[in-house]
Amino acid sequence: MPVLETLFSHWRRHPGQLATLVLGLALATALWSGVQAINEEARQSYARAASTLGAGQGERLISPDGAEIPVADYVSLRRAGWLVSPVMEGELALSGTTWRVIGVDPLTAPTGAIPQGAFETTADAPAFLGRPGLVFVAPDSAPAAPPDFPAIITSDAIAPGLMLTDIGTAARLLERNTLSFLTLVPTQPDGLPPLSTLTDLRREAPAGEQDLSRLTDSFHLNLTAFGFLSFAVGLFIVHASIGLAFEQRRPVFRTLRAIGVPFSRLITALAFEVTLIALVAGSAGVILGYVIAAALLPDVAGTLHNLYGAQISGTLAFRPVWALLGLAIAVLGTWVSSAQSFWHLITMPLLAPAQPRAWSMRSARATRRQAGVGAVLLVISAALAGIGGSLAIGFLSLGALLIGAALLLPGVVVVVLRIAERPIRSAYGEWVLADTRQLLPGLSLALMALLLALAANIGVSTMVGSFRLTFAGWLDQRLVSELYITAQDEYQADAIRDFLAPQVASVLPIAMAETRIDGLPATVFGIVDDDTYREYWPLLETVTDPWDRLADDTGLLINEQLARRSGLDLGDRVTLHPDLTLPVAAIYSDYGNPNGQAMISLDLLEQTFPDTDQTRSAFRTGDADVEALRQSVLARFDLPQGHIRDQASQKAVALRVFDQTFRVTGALNVLTLAVAGFALLASLLTLANMRLPQVAPIWALGQTRARLARTELIRTLGIVAVTWVIALPVGLALAWVLLAIVNVEAFGWRLPMTLFPADYARLLGYAMLSSTIAAALPALRLLRLPPAQLLKVFSNER
Amino acid sequence: MLDITSLEKCFDTADGPVPVLRGVSLSVKEGDTLALTGESGSGKSTLLHLMAGLDDAQGGKITFEGQDLLSLSDADRAKVRRSRIGLVFQQFNLVPSLTVAQNLALQARLAGRHDPERVARLTDRLGLAGLEHRYPEQLSGGQQQRVAIGRTLVAGPRLVLADEPTGNLDEATGDAVMALMHELVTETGAALVMATHSRRLAEGFARRVHLRHGLLETR
Repeated sequence: MPVLETLFSHWRRHPGQLATLVLGLALATALWSGVQAINEEARQSYARAASTLGAGQGERLISPDGAEIPVADYVSLRRAGWLVSPVMEGELALSGTTWRVIGVDPLTAPTGAIPQGAFETTADAPAFLGRPGLVFVAPDSAPAAPPDFPAIITSDAIAPGLMLTDIGTAARLLERNTLSFLTLVPTQPDGLPPLSTLTDLRREAPAGEQDLSRLTDSFHLNLTAFGFLSFAVGLFIVHASIGLAFEQRRPVFRTLRAIGVPFSRLITALAFEVTLIALVAGSAGVILGYVIAAALLPDVAGTLHNLYGAQISGTLAFRPVWALLGLAIAVLGTWVSSAQSFWHLITMPLLAPAQPRAWSMRSARATRRQAGVGAVLLVISAALAGIGGSLAIGFLSLGALLIGAALLLPGVVVVVLRIAERPIRSAYGEWVLADTRQLLPGLSLALMALLLALAANIGVSTMVGSFRLTFAGWLDQRLVSELYITAQDEYQADAIRDFLAPQVASVLPIAMAETRIDGLPATVFGIVDDDTYREYWPLLETVTDPWDRLADDTGLLINEQLARRSGLDLGDRVTLHPDLTLPVAAIYSDYGNPNGQAMISLDLLEQTFPDTDQTRSAFRTGDADVEALRQSVLARFDLPQGHIRDQASQKAVALRVFDQTFRVTGALNVLTLAVAGFALLASLLTLANMRLPQVAPIWALGQTRARLARTELIRTLGIVAVTWVIALPVGLALAWVLLAIVNVEAFGWRLPMTLFPADYARLLGYAMLSSTIAAALPALRLLRLPPAQLLKVFSNER
Repeated sequence: MLDITSLEKCFDTADGPVPVLRGVSLSVKEGDTLALTGESGSGKSTLLHLMAGLDDAQGGKITFEGQDLLSLSDADRAKVRRSRIGLVFQQFNLVPSLTVAQNLALQARLAGRHDPERVARLTDRLGLAGLEHRYPEQLSGGQQQRVAIGRTLVAGPRLVLADEPTGNLDEATGDAVMALMHELVTETGAALVMATHSRRLAEGFARRVHLRHGLLETR
């Protein structure tokens, strides 16, 4: 125990150093475990969705053309002895929310198709089958339902946004009597006639939410990468704090060894000390991580819904395994950060003197070697970016870029200092530059952390900014009509069109039908031939006369998502319905829509899908006053709030959804920058204590403490500005990889890259502000340093 | 008590190995006081470090109370230092984050021989009463060296090795510290070996040996 007491006494005497270490590690753990909590919550939601759908329980039978399956097909298969169970899927608008309704037959469904625990919430299983029936929804999401609606039961086993019910109830709710697919029970009786002789339905491996999971994996990988970046930045602080504490205590280690402490016991005690600190800081980090995750989760849920249509619970559950993993990563990170210190302790001779200053001032050769490794990594990053083609290569390229740039940074700053030295003539100026060179190795870890944070900030903000600009431009094209009206029913829709037709330039009915393309849900729109589409619709690829093809029913238009998902190109044939297959005449951009979409002529849509929803219309108002038209429609027709929208409010809604989508990225950006600022503060405070021998002689030679303090401040800001200059190209390269490789693989969209100089200048401002705060404390301390402290440098008493 | 036979020690340098001790042989008996003199770099500190089992030799033998010190494991050498050999350094080597009282008790606690009364008595004898709760940085150099001496003696060592213990003190303070160390070591019956380059300080020792170019000259 005396050994541990002696080791811990160091922290008692240096509470600031302990606080830096604990806070650095806690922040690192918080950001990492916060992101993990979000990912885990999302994965749990996917798992619940998958289990609700019965995915993973066995194969399905689907219609080869993606159409609905008549009940007769199901009956004939059952009669032939095949154990199949019907599933009906569809969407239902209720209380302003679109619900995904899944109807199953509990009597024939394979084990697991109905999530375990769903019935545990009610003893009344027969009510599930009867009228008015039961629907299960996720907790905290029960909608306000009309009086004749089935009873709503909440269950943890149900994914958010889903309604699970009996197939009969689903048929009533969806007003349909066709099936979406049949689930095959895994174990079938022997001697059955082959399926191919009974039906033309196609066997399909479970998909659905697994596809969703694959899509969202890329988003979670993005989040994980950010979490890891923040963790790495935090570990810079831990590495610096532990390294200094070890070096400061080298005389104590030597004394302990000299008075009889075996080396093994000393190492064990130090490992215990480091682990204990990691556990304390890790616990604080896990708690903080939970708070961060809980705060960010609603935005993440919004992002996943907007980008992929995934339904994620907005409430974070506490999972002990997650907390233990958070602690484990904190301990592991601390061990990794302190490995170098332990290695030095093990390899350095016992009698070697302690050199905390030398520790902070690595040799120029080490800086050159590090810069060399950094340059090699940058070349590797460029080569990987050139190859491209997969998400993994994109992330590898990003990793090599960021680590390479960070390693190169100290070398580049040394070169900048050498260039700056040339025109300097004053003795004080020469001293400042020489002193800065000596100071640099001690600051380099913090500067590397700052570079990573700044580059990530520039990269991600460029990506999001480019995306927003493209999205806004796309909205201008897509929402070119001034007025959008959704009628209560088709009679009212016709009446509104007739009423407005004489007053507006164009009436553009929007009719749509739900279908399946390549086995996945998709929407087909029917449009009239109008110049509005010909002039404004954002086409990415097109044959020479796409709109003519669409008008004469010899071609269709598809969105980019459908093209990428199904590998479709111009001229490829797409089956929308068993009776309708058309070649692709054009591919249009459709940002923010997770689903496939196709466009055909309105007449063809009505012929092919007689039950289409035709309640929506767009109106080109021409010279007419939009607000006056709006008021006249509202005065004449009974339209609920929100059913009549003008162009501006439509755009505002779309942009709000967009901004929510990237709010989580912005929040992580700010947090990473804050951690880097803290790393800078910690390093400057540490160095301030060790730099008296450099500062005291120049003070004795006639420089005031005020001037020295001012110099400290200006010097820090100068170094941070140089770091920002280096971070700029790194950040832009990061943005390019994100846009050209990662985004294409993750989201399925390729976006043009736009530069935002004002944003970068603002970031420089933030960096300078945080550096001023970080540098002010040590500078103030120097300003107020009693001369007696400085004089101690010249005596033997230090 | 301590027998050194034909001790050889070299340091590796960029220009090849440099011999520091060349066949040094020496004996120390119980209660002996021995001054080890020599110029800077003559190998005095190296010899003391070897006697304490802090370093390894290339040849020769060191026997302490019947044990071959150089063949012992790190843990066994540490045990010898903890309980039977005390070290006093020129740089004091106190633990800066422990108080005077904690520093004084440290070695005795490590050896499992902590006796608060003995610590209190020694604190008085060392003239440190009233300073128990101060930290080393709040003490003068002379006070710090007295704490270091007290820390060594409180564990009741059989042999005290002191490496230029007054090298960082002014002459008057150094003399006072030396007198006190002599007095206390004599009281415990331990042997005292001190490395110094000061002939004046060496005069106070019963035996004196001189190291020159790694060879021992008896005076």
